[in-house]
Amino acid sequence: MIELRSAALRLGDRTILHDIDLRIQPGECVAICGPNGAGKSTLLRALAGLLPGTPPRDPRRCAYVPQGARSAWGITVGELAMLGRLPHGDRAQPPVDRALDLCGIAPLRDTRIDRISGGQARRAMLARAFATDPAMFLLDEPTADLDPAAQHAIMALLSATARAGSGVVLVVHALDLATRYASRMLVIDAGQVLADTTPEAALPIAARCFGLPLGRDPMPRLLPP
Amino acid sequence: MIRAMAGLIALLFVLGLLTGGAGFGWPDPAIILELRLPRTLLALLIGGGLGLSGAVLQGALRNPLADAGLLGIAGCAGLGAVVTFYWGISEAFAPALPLGGMIGAAIGCAALVLAAGRAPSGPSLILAGVAVSAIAASLLAVALTLAPNPYALAEITFWLMGGLDDRSLLHLALAAPPIIAGAAVLLRTGPGLDALALGEEVAASLGRPVGATLRATSLGVALAVGAGAAVAGGIGFVGLIVPHLLRPLLGERPAALLPAATLAGAALLLAADLAARALPLLLPLAEEPRLGVITALLGAPLLIRIALRSAP
Repeated sequence: MIELRSAALRLGDRTILHDIDLRIQPGECVAICGPNGAGKSTLLRALAGLLPGTPPRDPRRCAYVPQGARSAWGITVGELAMLGRLPHGDRAQPPVDRALDLCGIAPLRDTRIDRISGGQARRAMLARAFATDPAMFLLDEPTADLDPAAQHAIMALLSATARAGSGVVLVVHALDLATRYASRMLVIDAGQVLADTTPEAALPIAARCFGLPLGRDPMPRLLPP
Repeated sequence: MIRAMAGLIALLFVLGLLTGGAGFGWPDPAIILELRLPRTLLALLIGGGLGLSGAVLQGALRNPLADAGLLGIAGCAGLGAVVTFYWGISEAFAPALPLGGMIGAAIGCAALVLAAGRAPSGPSLILAGVAVSAIAASLLAVALTLAPNPYALAEITFWLMGGLDDRSLLHLALAAPPIIAGAAVLLRTGPGLDALALGEEVAASLGRPVGATLRATSLGVALAVGAGAAVAGGIGFVGLIVPHLLRPLLGERPAALLPAATLAGAALLLAADLAARALPLLLPLAEEPRLGVITALLGAPLLIRIALRSAP
């Protein structure tokens, strides 16, 4: 379980997060949604214990993947995934192999991270988190840069991971993905939690928050596999 | 790879014992023991320390241009050594010489970490380093001119360009312990450097916060580069070149470079020192070229190549 109690954060004279009380249980897949600049990434950082005043997390039990997918050096996908073993202080190969398989990038193991596409790099960053074998995943937009099929594949993987007993918290912009795969949805705006409930119940609040009408789309569209 | 480098070092080491001002060959054992052995061992240790420091600095600052010389750490070390040497402090207390170098290097590192805190890994970090380097070189010249010393100009070139001529067993005894201790600290930074490849937030989430890595880097570099510069002056470019030579062979993961960078730095400085000793035998030179001249002649073209390759 991961807990965040009365977290508040101010940067200068701007309040980024207001008093937030959150508790995330194993088995939950929690989607954080909200407009740009609402404080989604900041909330995720607070959950990861990376902001001043937030409790530090055990790096073996909590894996954090930020929004950017960049490495300072041209390391290989396999080496990148192996970084997930740093908290354990070993270089165990089986969890790394499993992580690369799960994220569908095992064939790219020996390819440099700066020679693959943005979507593939995103999967490699996710594989790094899986290699840690954590109890809690904190992921900032894990489906950005991915094509529609890959978006569904990764969301299905995360949802299955949660059902298998891990906690998964992800920032996600695509509300249709969030409602389809998450078990719980947090709508935040201006650093405040507006909704913390099931995706179905949260959707009207999200719609209000974005200023968009809620309804059924008569346009033909791609469906999940 | 490691074995081949160890073999190369052994070969250069033997050549180092056999080459001297009088020519090539097996001289009096006293000459070996008093002159060539300390000089060769110093080249080995200082080169290893410089190569390792370069690899760790580049990893810690996530900048392929980082180097103790370019960032002014070596210049500050030379300044610290000059102050203790020419004001008679090291005459009264010999270990003051490497201590002065290490304190100077630590000040250089502290300035750098302050700059890194504001602009991590960016070009302004290198600019700050170049500025620190220029200040250290000017103060060093001032210190030597003010010191009661008739050979100030010759001494300035020694401290700025480096050299291992006439280094004794005493110099070896002074410099070896801190260099070895510094290398031990630096060799343990590997996991922290790897974690930093993905940025400071990920490093912290992996349990390797950037602060701890930068502190270990500063300590190790201050010991290894500070003690080295205190007995051999400022030898540039070794720390810059070595990681660039190794990346095509070993990949870019920072921790994977550290042992090899130590060996390659040692081999490179041994070879450069051998060249410095052999050149007067081959060319009509009045005296040995400075060691820093040779490493700069090797390193500067590589710097140009890196600059051109990384240009957009």
